[in-house]
Amino acid sequence: GSQHFSELFCILSSEERHQLRSVSVDLNHDASLLIDIPDALCERDKVKFTVHTKTTLSSFQKPEFSVPRQHEDFIWLHDTLVETEDYAGLIIPPAPPKPDFESPREKMHKLGEGEATMTKDEYTKMKQELEAEYLAVFKKTVQVHEVFLQRLSSHPILSKDRNFQIFLEYDQDLTVRRKNAKEMFGGFFKNMVKTADEVLISGIKEVDDFFEQEKTFLLDYYSKIKDSTAKAEKMTRAHKSMRKFFYITILNRIFFMLWLIFFLRHLEKLSDLFEKLRKVEGRVASDQELKLTELLRYYMRDIQAAKDLLYRRARALADYENSNKALDKARLKSKDIPQAEEHQQHCLQKFDKLSESGKKELTSFKGRRVVAFRKNLIEMAELEIKHAKVSSTIQPPAAKGWVCSV
Amino acid sequence: MATSSERSPPPFPDSEDQDVLDAEEVGGRDSDEDDGEDLFMSASDPPLTEMDATLPPANEPTDVLMNLPTDIMDAPLIEPVSSPTESKPASEVVIEPSDDFVDLTNNITDSPDDSVAAEIAVADAAKDSTEISLDEPTEIPLDEPSDDFVDIIRSETQAPEEEVAIADVTVEAPTDKSEVTSGATDPPGDGETGENAEQAAKETSTAPVNDLFADMPASSTQKPPVIDKIVDPLVDLLGDSPPAADAKKLSQATVDLFEDEGSDLFAEPRQTKSTKQPQKSLFGEPDEDLFGEPLGATAKKTISKEQKDKSVMTKAAGVSSNIGGPLQDSNPAEPADIFTEEAITSVPSVKSTSTVNSKTNGVHSEEEADIFAEATVELSLDSPQDQRKKEAAAKPSVSAPSSSGAASLTKPQPAGLEELEEEEEEELEDKFEIFISVKDPEKIGDGMNAYMAYKVSTQTTLPMFRNKTFTVRRRFSDFLGLYEKLSEKHGPNGFIVPPPPEKSILGMTKVKVGKEDSSSADFVERRRGALERYLQRVVNHPSLIQDPDVREFLEREELPRAVSTQALSGAGFLKMINKATDAVSKMTIKMNESDVWFEEKLQEVEAADQHFRKLHALVESLVVHRKELSLNTASFAKSTAMLGSAEDNTALSRALSQLAEVEDKMEQLHQDQAANDTFSFAEVIADYIRLLGAVRGSFDHRMKAWQRWQDAQTVLQKKRETEAKLLWANKPDKLQLAKEEIAEWEAKVTQFERDFERVSATVRKEVVRFEKEKAKNFKRQIVKYLECLLQSQQQLIKYWEAFLPEAKAIA
Repeated sequence: GSQHFSELFCILSSEERHQLRSVSVDLNHDASLLIDIPDALCERDKVKFTVHTKTTLSSFQKPEFSVPRQHEDFIWLHDTLVETEDYAGLIIPPAPPKPDFESPREKMHKLGEGEATMTKDEYTKMKQELEAEYLAVFKKTVQVHEVFLQRLSSHPILSKDRNFQIFLEYDQDLTVRRKNAKEMFGGFFKNMVKTADEVLISGIKEVDDFFEQEKTFLLDYYSKIKDSTAKAEKMTRAHKSMRKFFYITILNRIFFMLWLIFFLRHLEKLSDLFEKLRKVEGRVASDQELKLTELLRYYMRDIQAAKDLLYRRARALADYENSNKALDKARLKSKDIPQAEEHQQHCLQKFDKLSESGKKELTSFKGRRVVAFRKNLIEMAELEIKHAKVSSTIQPPAAKGWVCSV
Repeated sequence: MATSSERSPPPFPDSEDQDVLDAEEVGGRDSDEDDGEDLFMSASDPPLTEMDATLPPANEPTDVLMNLPTDIMDAPLIEPVSSPTESKPASEVVIEPSDDFVDLTNNITDSPDDSVAAEIAVADAAKDSTEISLDEPTEIPLDEPSDDFVDIIRSETQAPEEEVAIADVTVEAPTDKSEVTSGATDPPGDGETGENAEQAAKETSTAPVNDLFADMPASSTQKPPVIDKIVDPLVDLLGDSPPAADAKKLSQATVDLFEDEGSDLFAEPRQTKSTKQPQKSLFGEPDEDLFGEPLGATAKKTISKEQKDKSVMTKAAGVSSNIGGPLQDSNPAEPADIFTEEAITSVPSVKSTSTVNSKTNGVHSEEEADIFAEATVELSLDSPQDQRKKEAAAKPSVSAPSSSGAASLTKPQPAGLEELEEEEEEELEDKFEIFISVKDPEKIGDGMNAYMAYKVSTQTTLPMFRNKTFTVRRRFSDFLGLYEKLSEKHGPNGFIVPPPPEKSILGMTKVKVGKEDSSSADFVERRRGALERYLQRVVNHPSLIQDPDVREFLEREELPRAVSTQALSGAGFLKMINKATDAVSKMTIKMNESDVWFEEKLQEVEAADQHFRKLHALVESLVVHRKELSLNTASFAKSTAMLGSAEDNTALSRALSQLAEVEDKMEQLHQDQAANDTFSFAEVIADYIRLLGAVRGSFDHRMKAWQRWQDAQTVLQKKRETEAKLLWANKPDKLQLAKEEIAEWEAKVTQFERDFERVSATVRKEVVRFEKEKAKNFKRQIVKYLECLLQSQQQLIKYWEAFLPEAKAIA
């Protein structure tokens, strides 16, 4: 199947990228580090992204450079950040999801099998459809990877991370580093996050109202946005299949049948109309997906990252309380008091630091979320209006033309 | 039968004929001569033919004429051996006319060919024409010349009809095809075909009469030699019919052929006219006789619409008005679409037709060319839209303007869809002046004895009703009762009686049980709509509206309770229709359709039935998809509302709940669209599946009438045999009785034949009307559908525009 997409080893135009970035939460006001993914190459199940960096920072050797990176490199970068203890008080931008080209590939394969049973016209149409779908998946993939890097570059602390800079600059394969990294870190925070559960959080009495509220909010919000995302995905899928089914299969067949039955003339005019409407509808569906579903999906992951922060803080709180208990015990036993005090102080410091940066992070997250929702909702509404207007302007003349000609 | 042994069917002439034609491109004359010989052999049993006075020789020409087009269309492959047998039946007709049909049609239809098709078709055409001439001379000297003559002509009036119809198809096909494929994958000579067609069309538009008559003399003068040859022996034998007379007769036949174009359009065949003035019409004042009307119409149309539609268009208008003219008396509906359906079936004929046409380009075969040109001419007229399509796609096309109603459509580029709709409505108003609405379905009674009653309101300007508006209350079984009465009265006459929706035990049970769910409401609404459309169809029918039962149903306060509707309930009703169709198909085999038009129509009806059923399934699945989308949208809306409630930013929370509202409205739009799909297409398609059953029913009644006629003929035949035996035995006393019986049965045969023809004419008219209505109906549905789509788009704009400020207010 992949040879079908040879023409899709694509270079996304800057306009397209601009359009795609709409979902991203671009808070990068700092021009000192600009990152983008100008093109990407799809080879079998691997996608090779070209990560392009433009910078004025002295920590980089050159002001402008590009490196090839794979999806796994992004995951590595994300994991190293999560597992860096210093970043425990930060919302680590969610890792981009694994590119999934399976479904369009499979469809393409099926299409190839069904080639014999289809008319040339049908085949061409179907192929175009699938290519468009493939391209959409591709673009989306590039987009989420780009967003991940931009989130990092716009973060005051994370942008200075050593591993991030290596990721951007190191012009060799990162595979070796990836392996080493795994051995080095052993997944401290990762494991912690995984074992953390509601009990851990709820078992500890919250000392800070802000975090108490945030906790309640995020837990609730997460379940809601997760539901919304699922529903939006379902709706988009239904919309897409509807559009495909309705406009391609059904309507064409209906009109073909009508033609057969009534010999109604000039139905091809209507066919044209529906072809146009279908294209508009297609744009509606993909815009809906881009503006709404992707937004929800992204914030679902982002909220998960925020929740992770809360887990880490809760863990730090628990550590602090444990250290308090240990100190009490030590005092009771009058044994190892200085160490216990030191440990308690250390835990408290860690917790306070975490709370402080967490508070900042969560507040900024809130602002970011509202801005992103605003932007996307406005854009979606505008696009919906635009598309509906297009359809309602192309329809009457075509219909009239048909009615007149019958 | 007895003749078969005596006859010496020459197995080769035909094939030789083809070879010759193939190899040397022999002119029409040659082929004619050959054919003449060929035919001569078959006709060489004149004594036999002569003896049999009962033979309706009409059958023969009919067959021949029918066969000619069949040939052309089927691209027949001639089997050299079998084709000669074709000539056999010519004389066999005497005894078993129906068998003859079989033979002839079979022979010809299973004589397909690829490359030689054209030549064969041409040869056949020539042959056919000579055959006509042969048959006529032989029958003329028969005992009852006048009667026979009437027969001939009458049957001929039928025959040309066929020819015209089929020729139509063939001509239409090439134009169509060339248009569809834009000449990419056309069979060889298609370009020529296109040219031919166009040429024909042009000729038609400019000087159709000239063209026709120019070739007519040609054919008549051309044929005499053949006839001479053939007739000579006959002359010897009979000593009665001079060749000159034969020639005239031949020309008569030809004339009839053309005259029939005019007359076949009339509901009733004009028998006397053709008998009285055939020669005159041919040589004397052909214009008036043959094309007087069409010409006039053409001229009129030309004047009225000159700027809009030129040549072809005008001609088209002329023809359709020609068709419409005579019909208008009895049927206000205009049969502009008469031939549109035929074109559908004609697609396979393209190839052969084109070859024929290209063949006719040859100088030598001018005669044949003419024959086909004529056909082309007439036919292209009947497919004005196709022509137009081809000629100028950009031109604001105008539908065949044969009725006042269609005029509204001819207005170029009206301002908007609604306007069009209005115009159409006006058209309807003008035509029918009666509107029925079925409203307020109401459950009466309780439990299983409950039934639905509906308000039937009529709005009319027709003088036959006492009031302009009136409303009565009718229960469902009353609707069925009306149908039963109507179908009993009008069905046997060949009328297509619109059927009501069938009883639905499942749907009604739900209603009866009182389930107030959406499916039960949906059921009631669907049925209400179906009943309304059913009644409107009944009152739209020019004949059915005249029925006292219809008036009673609409007007009378209390209607006697319909008793026998049980038979119509649910499955029973469908079974009834299916039974009827079974009977039709069985009979078709037996009958071996004498009229290709009906045969083709029946096939079309069956094909349409299949298409409709598939279409119905498609639309239903479309509705399912829509409902799924609607469901998903609803759940997303709910989820968004929840998300909004969880959001702690007030403005964003508000915007999200607004978004939820928008999505809710979108869900409603999807639902409306699903209803739109259902009511614009699914329900109307279901109507038409039922209506097609009724169409088949009318075909069935026609078959029955035919059967009755055939049975009577068989009896008459037996009576005649008895008479012959008595004559032989020299028993004058009984002979008188036998003679009386024969006279009685002759009268019956004539009566039944007339009945059959009447039913046939009605069925034909009805089918034409049905098809026209169907096309109009669906056009309306599509327009409605598009309007609905447009409306929902505009609603969508409104919703999102209302949402936009909310989104912008997020801070």
